[in-house]
Amino acid sequence: MTPEENFMRKIENEEKIEPKDWMPDEYRKNLIRQISQHAHSEVIGMQPEGNWITRAPSLRRKAVLLSKVQDEAGHGLYLYSACETLGISRSEMIEQLQSGKAKYSSIFNYPTLTWADVGAIGWLVDGAAIVNQVSLQRTSYGPYSRGMIRICKEESFHQRQGYEAILALAKGSEGQKAMAQDALNRFYWPALMMFGPHDSESAHSAKSMTWKIKRETNDDLRQKFVDQTVKQIEVLGLEHPDKNIKWNEERGHYDSSDLNWDEFWSVINGNGHCNRQRIEHHVAAHDEGEWVRDAITAYNEKKRAKSAQNAA
Amino acid sequence: MTNITEKLELFEVFVRSKRGLDHKHVGSLHAEDHEQALEYARDCYTRRSEGVSIWVVKSSDICSSQEDDADCFYDPSDDKPYRHATYYVLPDPVNNM
Repeated sequence: MTPEENFMRKIENEEKIEPKDWMPDEYRKNLIRQISQHAHSEVIGMQPEGNWITRAPSLRRKAVLLSKVQDEAGHGLYLYSACETLGISRSEMIEQLQSGKAKYSSIFNYPTLTWADVGAIGWLVDGAAIVNQVSLQRTSYGPYSRGMIRICKEESFHQRQGYEAILALAKGSEGQKAMAQDALNRFYWPALMMFGPHDSESAHSAKSMTWKIKRETNDDLRQKFVDQTVKQIEVLGLEHPDKNIKWNEERGHYDSSDLNWDEFWSVINGNGHCNRQRIEHHVAAHDEGEWVRDAITAYNEKKRAKSAQNAA
Repeated sequence: MTNITEKLELFEVFVRSKRGLDHKHVGSLHAEDHEQALEYARDCYTRRSEGVSIWVVKSSDICSSQEDDADCFYDPSDDKPYRHATYYVLPDPVNNM
């Protein structure tokens, strides 16, 4: 059996691929692209919500939001570590993010204008991420799969706190309700775009499905999200942003409007509201942290020199 | 006569029982070096094909937290119940999220 055949046999038998196994170059490249993009999304995703930490409406909401943003940093770390098992270094990944060679989820290029946006992000953006990540728990690469299992366990609170926050607004004053509706209207569509282009337009989908990196297609995952969100909007007592949303008995799913794909590609290509701001902020934070990394290295060298001296 | 185990290094053994699962600690053994530890581990811990992959790590290389320190190590988390999904009470029709 050739290495390639052995690899495909494992994939077909639902066995995981582990870091030291032989794998096709393209499989490795595809994984690095997807996992690093996923890691970058966790890290950049801290910015829109971080924007509201100091202005959260109560101490409780502030503590919750801090915890959530802290989780996102942790999730970034799990994913960077999983990606490093494929032979790419952390600094290479950071460089690719900052130079624009690597992407992150476009949703984080939308601004958070009001407090309701923080609720909408937890509910819709994390909700969409969960649909995707639950599916990825069954991905064929072992370290990625284990990372997804851990992340999904931690993620449920993110969606629930968001929904709770927006529910409070939706049941509040007229002004608060309007704020909730506005946040829903603005975040609903970009949340649907998080699942990526239509399957027919998706550059990496076919290969990723064959190799079981992805387990369900973009459109199937998006449909799941559309279906589950209808009831959630109804319970809030808000208006559904999609006027064409309609139950289709035959399909057993909701029919919905097509997305504004021009907007989708435009934001991916760098023209969203916050693309430049997000990367500038990341570069600044990274540069400002330089002295911490330097101090760690200097301290380690000092300790090493000391123990060498004691040994002599 | 000195006990031979005093001269040998102690190794901790971790076994992955199936592809896709984590390596799990199964026990320890004495060996001269990593290579020997790996062979002993195979003979001791996977006689019935319990694993597909073994890690051996020198016990002295493992840095661990102390059970006695558990209180001050973990108590910053104890007063943050909001990190749990169950903390949030949602209406029944949407409580499955």
